[in-house]
Amino acid sequence: MGGMTDAARLARALGDPASTEALDAGGWAGLLAAARAELLLGTLAYRIGSLPVPPAVAAILADARAAATEQRRAALWEAEMVRRALAAAGCPVVLLKGTAYAAAGLSAGEGRSIGDCDILVPRAALPAAEARLLAAGWEWVKPDPYDDAYYRRWMHELPPLIHRDRDRMVDVHHTILPPTARVTPDAAALLADRVELGNGLAVLSPADRVVHAAAHLLADGDLAGGLRNLWDLRCLLTEVDADELAGRAARHGLGREVARARRLAAAVFDGVPASGVDALYRRRLLARDGWGRATRPLTRLGFYVRSHWLRMPPALLARHLWIKWRRDPSRRA
Amino acid sequence: MRRAVNVRVGPVTFRIGSDWAAPVAAVADLYRDYPPAAPVPDLTVRLEAPRQWRRWLRPQVAVTGDFGLPGMVPLPLAHGLLAAEMGMNLQMALGHRRHLLLHAASVERDGAALVMTGESGAGKSTLSALLAARGWRFMGDEFALLAPDTGLVHAFPRPVSLKNESIAAVQWDGARAGPVLTNTPKGTIRHLAPDAAALAASDRPARAALLLFPRFGQPPSVRPVPPGEAFARLTQASTNYVALGEAGFRALVRLVRAVPAVAVDYPDTESGIAAVEALWAG
Repeated sequence: MGGMTDAARLARALGDPASTEALDAGGWAGLLAAARAELLLGTLAYRIGSLPVPPAVAAILADARAAATEQRRAALWEAEMVRRALAAAGCPVVLLKGTAYAAAGLSAGEGRSIGDCDILVPRAALPAAEARLLAAGWEWVKPDPYDDAYYRRWMHELPPLIHRDRDRMVDVHHTILPPTARVTPDAAALLADRVELGNGLAVLSPADRVVHAAAHLLADGDLAGGLRNLWDLRCLLTEVDADELAGRAARHGLGREVARARRLAAAVFDGVPASGVDALYRRRLLARDGWGRATRPLTRLGFYVRSHWLRMPPALLARHLWIKWRRDPSRRA
Repeated sequence: MRRAVNVRVGPVTFRIGSDWAAPVAAVADLYRDYPPAAPVPDLTVRLEAPRQWRRWLRPQVAVTGDFGLPGMVPLPLAHGLLAAEMGMNLQMALGHRRHLLLHAASVERDGAALVMTGESGAGKSTLSALLAARGWRFMGDEFALLAPDTGLVHAFPRPVSLKNESIAAVQWDGARAGPVLTNTPKGTIRHLAPDAAALAASDRPARAALLLFPRFGQPPSVRPVPPGEAFARLTQASTNYVALGEAGFRALVRLVRAVPAVAVDYPDTESGIAAVEALWAG
């Protein structure tokens, strides 16, 4: 397998779990370390299921499945805590990302690691939601005035809040991309077409889930953790009507991103050849070695710069990077 | 990574990779009498230069792996073995899920385990080393591994890390020991591998028979600890209790219901040992 990175082996194992049959001990060690580093070990464990694996691997995968079950339980409990805190705010609460996939029983949620609780509420309800969460024991993570003001002015979410007893973060969004980004998704439509779960919480419609995941992966960040997000997309794409998705993506101005997400999922997990810019994305998404280390620093840097470029107009970007650079503690080390 | 070695401690196999040869050689030497490692490691430790040039110029070792902590200060390359030991602890504390981890020392006699937990300085390491010298089987002085399904305690017999004055108290001739590490953040350190009997028996779990909360340097006192208090104290002594969720809760409840717990204050090690052996004799 000359030139195949361990992350490429991981992507192949997720797409075609039976491909792991060919692995020797060293191959397994690299695969498992890459999966851990990409937060995909639980997902891999579910994908491999009851396929035959060496005993040492079976024990590690069983641990990963148990850990994912526990994470899922904790995430759903946290969502319930948020629901209770926000009940009196009288606004819809839409779960996003991992918590949503788990709560809605989607295949993307199987074995998935879940970190923060991400929710979407109407922009008009933000002050009430913030006040209710603060009253119920959540606290600011970033007491820094510049960061706080930056979030409030330029971001699509409140500064992150953490619960003082449970140590869990909640990210309260009012839309799915920063207002400074070049496209503006229709936040009202996201909320209007939500799917109620029957427990006071909701999730996005199947098409909007794909649109959000594609926006998050391709129009926002620097692709850190991107392999997991792309795996989400591969799963979500199997649970949506293609025509409905095309219409929805166009409405949010994210048709290009959704199309690229579909191509990348096929290229990365199913071995469909990638060309042009897609090949560059693939290179970035698979930049991980068998020790769990980040590789291809220049490709990473390129996507990091790009993420800021996408997020902000040039003058704002320059100001932001200048302020961040001046405060970077590692600069003085 | 340039060099790598797999070592197994009790039920856990670590893969330790390093940008330099020296730390891996030191690990391989200190662990040379341990039972053979599993072919696929449970956890990976990486010892790497925090910046490229730190590989060669006043080389520094950053400790990371499957799991890392931001803000960990790198060590000089001369302390590479300490870095590897810290790396294994870090991976266990943040990543191990197969057992409930108790920050505790444990020793075994006739298939029954004595588990001692307490803050550092409570004397659990010293007590376990001295009990081992008196015929007990040393199971570990860092973590005791409680299996959620069986309720048994598994050994995790890492090398003992001796500090400062205690180094002089050991007979080093023929001992499987690491190099003397001077000027570490904890002073002078030397690692001592457990004896052959402890390593040979390291795959044999034991039923917990007594839970001890020792405190060194206190006027002598022995007080039974009710199960509720023992439970609360052990949740504090566990690094993965929260992450294990219900399985951790059940394992701990079962332990404190089945096993008597005693808080022992002792002024010096001699009276500590006497108190422990008296309690054990019942």
